[in-house]
Amino acid sequence: MYAFAFHRPTSLRQAASLVGKLEDAKFIAGGHTLLPTMKQRLAGPANLIDLNAIPELAGIERSARAVTIGALTRHAEVAESKDVREAIPALAELAQMIGDPAVRHRGTLGGSVANNDPAADYPAACLGLAATIVTNKRKIAADDFFKGLFETALEEGEIVTRVSFPIPQRAGYMKFRNPASRYALVGVFVAKRAGEVRVAVTGAGANGVFRWKEAEERLKARFAAKSLVGLSHSPEGLNSDIHADAQYRAHLIGVMARRAVEAASNRE
Amino acid sequence: MAAVSMTVNGRSVTADIDPRTLLVQFLREDLRLTGTHVGCDTSQCGACVVHLDGKAVKACTILALQCEGAHVTTIEGLANGTELHPMQAAFREHHGLQCGFCTPGMIMTAVDLVNRKGSDVDEHTIRHELEGNLCRCTGYHNIVKAIAAGARAMAQAPLRQAAE
Ligand SMILES: Cc1cc2nc3c(=O)[nH]c(=O)nc-3n(C[C@H](O)[C@H](O)[C@H](O)COP(=O)(O)OP(=O)(O)OC[C@H]3O[C@@H](n4cnc5c(N)ncnc54)[C@H](O)[C@@H]3O)c2cc1C
Ligand code: FES
Ligand code: FES
Repeated sequence: MYAFAFHRPTSLRQAASLVGKLEDAKFIAGGHTLLPTMKQRLAGPANLIDLNAIPELAGIERSARAVTIGALTRHAEVAESKDVREAIPALAELAQMIGDPAVRHRGTLGGSVANNDPAADYPAACLGLAATIVTNKRKIAADDFFKGLFETALEEGEIVTRVSFPIPQRAGYMKFRNPASRYALVGVFVAKRAGEVRVAVTGAGANGVFRWKEAEERLKARFAAKSLVGLSHSPEGLNSDIHADAQYRAHLIGVMARRAVEAASNRE
Repeated sequence: MAAVSMTVNGRSVTADIDPRTLLVQFLREDLRLTGTHVGCDTSQCGACVVHLDGKAVKACTILALQCEGAHVTTIEGLANGTELHPMQAAFREHHGLQCGFCTPGMIMTAVDLVNRKGSDVDEHTIRHELEGNLCRCTGYHNIVKAIAAGARAMAQAPLRQAAE
């Protein structure tokens, strides 16, 4: 790692003022993406601002219409939360599928969303559930937030404070994991909401998470796995790498989408 | 350099460290608690698992400075003097190790999983919970057996659990 100075603010305001003042500063939350990158010297911020001591970023709240989760909430807390499991079980299941138990004790929702890894799970839930990403400056709809590989609508120094997930009528998430990294080779989040169905795909797109509109239309007509039979995604614009080529990923999108619909439909 | 204070195995420690110091380096090199191992340094293998405020984490992927004020338990903190923790005893009894390199992380992960899942966890759950811990020797079979036995033994030693 390159040398850096470490800061540990205890309020959101302090964190925002630090990032404005310090040169070449980066936030660290769970550190489970950033520290590996720093060890490889792919990142070398001069200043590291730790978000872990900021109480405003913690906590899960449930209202009649949404579940709102603080940016610093660990994956394991989301997976175990009674509120999340009751209101949006697919979201709790998604959190439970991230990494391994130790990773889930440390990694955070905010870090995952801000990082927008093309194979990360949470971006699919945000897009699939039409979530709102709340920062210390504004609210951003998920549709406008994820901009491409590791790119988001966040400005320099902007802090994700929480994510608000509207409660769907039904939802399901299915992930085909890369057995080595445990990230999604392909993951599909399906949600039926009042007036629309959303199908969000992670792991596959050369530009990161995206919505599969053709599947959404078919499912809107009839929300059943059968509606997707015969529909396949084109390999155009999908990732090809040592783990899987675009054609295989395209195939997996169809399979995972059908299974996600089944999971959503079988829920009572 | 920067100052850090935390409680490790019940003892408060304070040190002046380079901000880059990982928790695992701090434990091994500053505190000389070399039971916590580094297998990969890339958060894959689980040899470095310790408990941070009661939860299993990979100490190679946390900065020591992030643990300011925290309680850390390492493999050295499990035994009660010369009396092994029930999970340690179960690993010995059931041949849950060969070279032993992965064992501290396996045991810390095992104790954490019993804390969360209870002492009658089934084999399937144990195998699933071990997905972040790699062993190059045993083929896992005896590790799983040891954890199941250790879990039951922990239920019979509630005082030791409370002390953790
Ligand atoms: C072994 C392993 C397996 C994994 N498996 C999976 C998996 O299966 N699926 C998956 O989705 N992920 C996986 N991950 C990634 C894990 O979920 C990370 O924890 C997560 O992607 C990043 O969260 P973090 O809190 O660790 O972020 P950090 O590493 O602390 O930060 C990541 C980036 O986000 C920025 N950031 C952090 N918090 C905020 C905030 N509140 N506001 C603005 N910017 C912020 C940081 O500056 C940094 O650029 C895995 C990681 C490991 C090590
Ligand atoms: S050394 Fe930490 S996970 Fe391998
Ligand atoms: S006993 Fe040798 S690595 Fe597990």
